[in-house]
Amino acid sequence: MADLETFRSETRAWLEANCPPEMREPVRDDEDVYWGGRRATFKNDAQKAWFEACVAKGYTVPAWPKEYGGAGLSPAEAKVLREEMSRINARPPLSSFGIWMLGPALLQFGTEGQKQRFLNEIARGEIRWCQGYSEPGSGSDLVSLQTYGEDKGDHWVVNGQKIWTSYADQADWIFCLVRTDKNDKYKGITFMLYDMASEGVTTKPILLISGNSPFCETFFDNVKVPKSYGEDVPAYVGEVNRGWDVAKYLLGHEREMISGAGGGERSAAIGAMMKRHAAKLGDELDPVLRAELAMFDVDALAYTAMGEKFLDEIKVGKAHPAQPNMMKYVGTELNKRRHELMMAVGGSRSLEWESEDTGGGKPARGWLRTKANSIEGGTSEVMLNVISKRILDLPGA
Amino acid sequence: MPLYHNDDQAMLADTAAGFMAEEGNIAKQLRHWRDRNCKDGFGHGLWKQMAEMGFTGMLVDEADGGLGMGHVEAGIVLEEIGRNLTPSPFLTSSVLAATALKHGSDDVKGRYLPDLIAGDSVFAVAIDETAKHRPSRIATRAEKSGNGFKLSGTKSFVVQGGSADMIVVAARTSGSDDDVDGITLFAVPKDAAGISHDAVRLVDSSMATHTKFDGVELDGDAVIGEIDGGRAVLDAMLLAGRVGAAAEGVGVARGAMDMTVDYLKQRKQFGRLIGEFQALQHRASHLYSEVEIARAVTIKAQQLLDAGSQQADLMASVAKAKVAKTARLAVQEGVQMHGGIGMTDEYDIGLYMKRDRALAEFLGDAYFHANRVAELSGY
Repeated sequence: MADLETFRSETRAWLEANCPPEMREPVRDDEDVYWGGRRATFKNDAQKAWFEACVAKGYTVPAWPKEYGGAGLSPAEAKVLREEMSRINARPPLSSFGIWMLGPALLQFGTEGQKQRFLNEIARGEIRWCQGYSEPGSGSDLVSLQTYGEDKGDHWVVNGQKIWTSYADQADWIFCLVRTDKNDKYKGITFMLYDMASEGVTTKPILLISGNSPFCETFFDNVKVPKSYGEDVPAYVGEVNRGWDVAKYLLGHEREMISGAGGGERSAAIGAMMKRHAAKLGDELDPVLRAELAMFDVDALAYTAMGEKFLDEIKVGKAHPAQPNMMKYVGTELNKRRHELMMAVGGSRSLEWESEDTGGGKPARGWLRTKANSIEGGTSEVMLNVISKRILDLPGA
Repeated sequence: MPLYHNDDQAMLADTAAGFMAEEGNIAKQLRHWRDRNCKDGFGHGLWKQMAEMGFTGMLVDEADGGLGMGHVEAGIVLEEIGRNLTPSPFLTSSVLAATALKHGSDDVKGRYLPDLIAGDSVFAVAIDETAKHRPSRIATRAEKSGNGFKLSGTKSFVVQGGSADMIVVAARTSGSDDDVDGITLFAVPKDAAGISHDAVRLVDSSMATHTKFDGVELDGDAVIGEIDGGRAVLDAMLLAGRVGAAAEGVGVARGAMDMTVDYLKQRKQFGRLIGEFQALQHRASHLYSEVEIARAVTIKAQQLLDAGSQQADLMASVAKAKVAKTARLAVQEGVQMHGGIGMTDEYDIGLYMKRDRALAEFLGDAYFHANRVAELSGY
């Protein structure tokens, strides 16, 4: 414990010295988030300085081992760092699907050569990754995916189409589920890694109801994917035809992440904030709206306690392995309800789509964005299916 | 502190679960006493057994002969009471009254605690005066009279009031009905002259009274805590009681849910187990999620209360409201998914519905506590 307190005071001093004041302001727009990658540019010197300080310290991926670009922090130390960063509202120095998705998969399933190369690239923000999972015909039923990699000896030729590829138009590389055996549904998928600059890869952004385009359609037209990028660096994670194991592991990981298991803003009570918001608009809460806010706050605060319990139990292996599905289900449904209430409090002001007062329609666009929460990463209905089967053990589930 | 039971608490949970399932089960207690039209609505034999288990005095300080345990431990026992619908004076005597008595003089403690711990006494609490829980308004008056007081007024929903050897009464000793200050708590013995009970059987077969105090003369030593400064004792008692009632409600919800999920795995219609129907699977899974969350926030409230945290008050209301909503969902889904037999007295699921109704009302329902969450949060 004494060591942790020393670590806390050192961390506090380091953050004080290295996190510029601009990087302690709330994120206002997309440019405030640094994603890294070959084509990345910094919005300003503060963003650059903060990012570089974190890379040098291993703090873009603090819990990863030092040899892969991390800081090798223990879970308890990583928690202290999170707390200290949150205390000063420090922005994440680097956001990336490499950190959230591919990294954990490589740490679990990767070869030493893959870890040395890809994890270090991710930690230094050199390569921006995107995820190729869903296809137009394979959403909730992901395992039915059809994008096919034909075996040509030392390489595959990949043909097919992915959808909902986040920021594919800005990504450097893709981790992609590709069918390599048409005769085995589950054991016929390979988790491939390849360059988005390869010949035959095209992307097309999808315009969403929010007016934003964070997702793309991605097309593969005879894309040549080598089977290896050098000694001990295969172009696939795990084994050929066993990519579904990796995907399942990552889906679990993603559900944990989306569920906002740590609580945070997503699960916080909003009633008091909404009262102030209404007052700012020269209005007050209708009694029935206040009542709904109170009921929401009860659910949100209870969910926060559940998140805490879930994390505590995970640490000691007490949590049911299917529990992230429950967290994801409840957390996303709660977030949708939260934004419905925020829209109601905002009234006609929250309808404004482009006005300066609303930061370019933030309330409305944010509200619409939350509708995807209970679809992406496994729909609420799929989560309920998993709970039925794995926790309640209901027949035929 | 991690939000799960430590080894000692897990062991207590095993013990309590085994004991309540064996001795406190529905056939042996709830139905047994109900079918005999018992005027107490619970069994004194079981109360004595609970004393032997060490449950009755678990919240009483060790210096006063108790076990000096906390609300996590009391909650463990209450969850099993809820799961088995066990009628017992535990919540009113060992949680509410015991919490009030912590603030009493050595004399008051000595008069009541040994018999509570031994399972020889049963206590009740008299707080409500209208059909809804409104502890901010107390009209029952205790006027100074000689060296003591004269108590007048009527209390409602005094659970097990007719069986109680002593009733903790919240009365006004100064000010007007809605004042925060001017409250005093009294330990009123059952044989005091001027008390009359109108006993009523409630929907869940438990017994309660409308209790009238008609110039009941009390000695000064009946006072618990400070004269006119009883609001703090009342609040502490309510806080402990609400967290306890939430724990019992979690047990009711889990009991109803488990019974219903089992039924989904046995009942066949259209040539299939009804648990194969996705419409029911999703509802059961939603219920499971809510019950897990209700249990988590209840344990959170228990831990905060044991730690003496400022946050305990807010979290107690969050827990009471969340559990009330969740147990309501559990019993409604339970009866609906059981279909026709869910409406019969022979099946236990209906008993869960009745108990939930009474328990949720006790010490404030979901609306009362959601409103309280809003007030405590500043809106």
